[in-house]
Amino acid sequence: MSGMRLRLSFEVNGNPVEADVSPLQRLSSVLRDELGLTGTKVGCDAGDCGACSVLVDGELVCACLVPAANVSGRRVRTVEGLSNGSLSALQESFLRHGAAQCGICTPGVLVSAAILLERNPAPSEQEVQDALGGVLCRCTGYRKIIEAVMNANGSVAVDAALIEVGAAVGASPIRLDGLRKVTGAEIFGADERPADALSVAVVRSPHWHAAFEIGDTDAFVAAHPGIVAVFTAADIPGENRFGVIPPFADQPALAEGRARFRGEAVALIAGERAPIEALDLGEFPISWHELPHALTPDEARREGFPDLHEGRAGNLLTQGFVECGDPEAAIEDAFATVTGSIETSYVEHAYIEPEAGFAMMEGDTLVIKACTQAPFMDRDDTAKVLGLPPEKVRIVPLAAGGGFGSKLDVSLQPLVGLVALKTGRPAAIVYTRGDSMRSTTKRHPASMRAMIGADAAGRVAGMVFEGDFNTGAYASWGPTVANRVPVHASGPYLTPNFRATGRAIHTNGPISGAFRGFGVPQATIMQEMLYDRLAEKLGHDRLDFRILNALVDGDRTTCGQVLAGVGIRQCLEALRPHWARAGAEAVAFNAKDGTIRRGIGVASCWYGCGNTALPNPSTIRVGVTASGAVMLHQGAVDIGQGSNTVVAQICADAAGLPLSAFQLVGGDTALTPDAGKTSASRQTYVSGKAAEKAGRALRERILRFANVSDAAEMSIEDGALVIREGAVRRRIALAEIGADAFGYAFSAEETYDPPTTALDAKGQGVPYAVYGYGAQLVELEVDIALGTVKLVRIIAAHDVGRAINPLLAEGQIEGGIAQGIGLALMEEYVPGRTENLHDYLIPTIGDVPPIETILVEVPDPEGPFGAKGLGEHVLIPTAPAILNAIRHATGAEIARVPATPSRILEAIRAREETR
Amino acid sequence: MDYARPTELEEALGLLWARRWTIIAGGTDFYPALGAGPLKDDVLDINGLSALQGIAETEEHFVIGARTSWSALLRAPLPPAFDMLKQAAREVGSVQIQNTGTVAGNLCNASPAADGVPPLLALDAEVALSSAEGTRHLPLSAFILGNREIARAPHELVTAIRVPKASAAGRSSFVKLGARRYLVISIAMAAARLVLDGRQVAEVAIAVGSCSAVAQRLSALEARLKGADAAALPPLIDAYDFPELTPIDDVRGTAAYRRQAAREIVMRAVAGLLDAAGQGGLAA
Repeated sequence: MSGMRLRLSFEVNGNPVEADVSPLQRLSSVLRDELGLTGTKVGCDAGDCGACSVLVDGELVCACLVPAANVSGRRVRTVEGLSNGSLSALQESFLRHGAAQCGICTPGVLVSAAILLERNPAPSEQEVQDALGGVLCRCTGYRKIIEAVMNANGSVAVDAALIEVGAAVGASPIRLDGLRKVTGAEIFGADERPADALSVAVVRSPHWHAAFEIGDTDAFVAAHPGIVAVFTAADIPGENRFGVIPPFADQPALAEGRARFRGEAVALIAGERAPIEALDLGEFPISWHELPHALTPDEARREGFPDLHEGRAGNLLTQGFVECGDPEAAIEDAFATVTGSIETSYVEHAYIEPEAGFAMMEGDTLVIKACTQAPFMDRDDTAKVLGLPPEKVRIVPLAAGGGFGSKLDVSLQPLVGLVALKTGRPAAIVYTRGDSMRSTTKRHPASMRAMIGADAAGRVAGMVFEGDFNTGAYASWGPTVANRVPVHASGPYLTPNFRATGRAIHTNGPISGAFRGFGVPQATIMQEMLYDRLAEKLGHDRLDFRILNALVDGDRTTCGQVLAGVGIRQCLEALRPHWARAGAEAVAFNAKDGTIRRGIGVASCWYGCGNTALPNPSTIRVGVTASGAVMLHQGAVDIGQGSNTVVAQICADAAGLPLSAFQLVGGDTALTPDAGKTSASRQTYVSGKAAEKAGRALRERILRFANVSDAAEMSIEDGALVIREGAVRRRIALAEIGADAFGYAFSAEETYDPPTTALDAKGQGVPYAVYGYGAQLVELEVDIALGTVKLVRIIAAHDVGRAINPLLAEGQIEGGIAQGIGLALMEEYVPGRTENLHDYLIPTIGDVPPIETILVEVPDPEGPFGAKGLGEHVLIPTAPAILNAIRHATGAEIARVPATPSRILEAIRAREETR
Repeated sequence: MDYARPTELEEALGLLWARRWTIIAGGTDFYPALGAGPLKDDVLDINGLSALQGIAETEEHFVIGARTSWSALLRAPLPPAFDMLKQAAREVGSVQIQNTGTVAGNLCNASPAADGVPPLLALDAEVALSSAEGTRHLPLSAFILGNREIARAPHELVTAIRVPKASAAGRSSFVKLGARRYLVISIAMAAARLVLDGRQVAEVAIAVGSCSAVAQRLSALEARLKGADAAALPPLIDAYDFPELTPIDDVRGTAAYRRQAAREIVMRAVAGLLDAAGQGGLAA
């Protein structure tokens, strides 16, 4: 902010500080930008997320809403002030309870909890919720935060040092990257910026669809002191076209004369920080000419509406298809059939960290440090756009404050890259919340229809599914959604006759991409809602009906794949006692005949781990240094889910080395081999398997050197490997061994690629090598006069094959459920109207009920130590189980999610009218 | 852009007399309204005016200073007629917002969903507007003119909200309806204040928010309820057609839903008071 300056004196964490600021500068900016205290995070700049919560004279405030002038002479406490040399009991508790995942909300949560505990050392759960209600967390589902604040018992993590050699898998060590998340020391995208960096402002389209002409940018630069340059598509040295799936790459880094969606980047303005922050983008010389637009697939396919992209007739991006048997005949002959349709909305990832990062030149290499889920894909796409060979681009991932699929696509990487390349100066961007919401990907809105038939015994005979997915203006992950949905649309149930079609259709809406589940959560809503109606028609118990039809080992999927290690039946059976108890409780509750009606619902999931019918390798390197440290080159980006810890646990046990000796080398593309993207629930399975292979290869190499058998035990003592086998004891002084090709005394690098096959024209083949399974039971209450829902309890049984880290698995389940709750009940991104975190609602700490996790372990023959993926599975059953429970409670048939109070009440009234 | 942070009210009023300023108090609406754009307006920061802090009592009124935060209001000892305002206070944004945002700012922002408006309407609150020429008091219903539109002249400063002691009678209750538990903008909300003489309604005030551009007192309903027996209130509310409300469809809910919900939450707000009266307990 320009204008007058203020010499501000106040106290931060007990230390007097002074800063030369604007009196209206936000306290968050004073702390971060002037004082370098980046532990306080900025998520929305509007008081909607609480990430910037700090204490001013002991009162909790959002630092983004406090003018600098207001803290003059006052005492401010931030996350950096919570530990005094050693961790506070609260921070320690957060580590032990697994209460921090990505860590971006953690500082705000910790500060809020700290003041609560100072005033009330033994708060009730309700008091904890009231105190933390102002901080949004998108990863954890809040339950472990509540446990940590109450210091409740339950599963708790242990120090890695206390875990015996060979016992890391199945243990729950404190996450290896946990410490810096609870101290505020973690460096996220916006937390690092070279002092001489240019700031970059992005000019974006305000229109759904428009042609544009850029005016005299030289005059614009000349008229704005401190602005260094303007860049447009004409300045892009490479191929101005990126995309996560190369054959479909269609998105320009900067639009070329025509913007296809609101929020599309059309130009960059680079300049010194203060002038860029003071810049009014309305002064940028650009003229717009609006073009006809379509925001829904129906509009985009209407007669005469032009194609958004050449070669994609009718705005059909692509279509996925799976067929087996004769579904029409099977449904025709069925004893009972049901049909239905449902629509879902755009869903925003709403990670608390907006995209941020910077680029700089190191010699002739362009280095980009930013938050990401996919460093190597970022590298290749950025190199292509900027006309550089891939090895001249280095991606150094900074911590990602949540990703959930959207940080798989490049966002600011080619933009800051272009500015750094052209100017030679470092260039930084921090997206505003609005820019993040407008310009990055969403969950596909779906419009689905299906028909299912069953025989008299209650066995599903056939199913037909069709789904149109609004893929927005560019391809992104639309093809993946179109292909994944048909493969999964049957649910984990034996369906001998089946046809499913998934279409990805372009519109001028926001780009739909990857979001935890790639369309499968939407399709499962359709299938599981019809299962309830089919069970009802057949007179079967809803859970029994699912158990009867659940896939078992040896069954064929609708793709013709013969499965092994199938645990869906075990998951459903694990819910049986809870189903009986909850059902009886609902009956007793509803006997009162009041305004509040209790209902229960169940739904399942299955989900293939890794790319669909495509190669999807991971490479992991591990080496022992001369001083006895085990360096794990672990490129499976940990966006909070825990791959840093899980991959290390697997490698430790495979190698037979102590977990505590492991040190992580992050996903830096210059230092770490490609472990693929953090997506498709593939890291525990695929990167884990590569880590297992690398660990075993390292072990073999060492044992061969020591000339002992695989029965030998290893330890690391004072820079030496000590190997014992029976009476034999060998001591290998690591410093005396020459460095190998990777610079280690011993090292190994292994690659694993899941054995899949391409799908034929009918979708037959082996799309995935490993699937995970799960089922969830939801108990809830509906207020039938207001249409509001109160969740009472959720019980989640997930077959993870082998729980490598049970506490992290629970954390994934609770966090996924929270997102499923949002999908079911409140999340609806309306382009142009909900581009902030107060109109776009995600669950708060008061919206996630107690969750009981049941980890089922049916080992997978392929996965490392039998493990399967989990990350996306966990949110798939939640929404359908909630919708089924609402229907059970009230009879309401929801036609569109989210089931807001408005829609639920409407459905209840519609139901009453047909009675 | 200019900036001033006076410490005396007179100085502030003098500045306002001279030219147009954007006023900042708690900042909870000021900063979100900025968006990412630069600040161009001249800003008058009233956080140096200690005279506007706190809640006082005069012969005739309870006076809520313009800088009083929601948290300060919650801590203040006030009669049960203010319970609805305190219940609203607990629902304004989050604790973080309540600690900085002011009650008066909530009125000045004039959102149709402002949590403070229905309870203050039901308390017959008045807004004190001061200028270099003196102070005038407007009934709250005359202060908020429309969506984001208030009767404050550019040279005036809202210095206080005052509630007549005569209106600070009876018990009160507030119901907020939103799509999530915390940090939520209401779909609809209702505030009710009731003075019972035995079983008979001696005085009643009911207001509904988020169902019209400005929250509305339901005067015709109040007229029907006044003098009625407590047991007759639910059927009377049920039979009322809420002509004061002009709800719209938006991302939070449909107009039709709001009409249904408004009736229900008014019913609940009143029923809560009847229950509390019956049990001799506190509605808060």
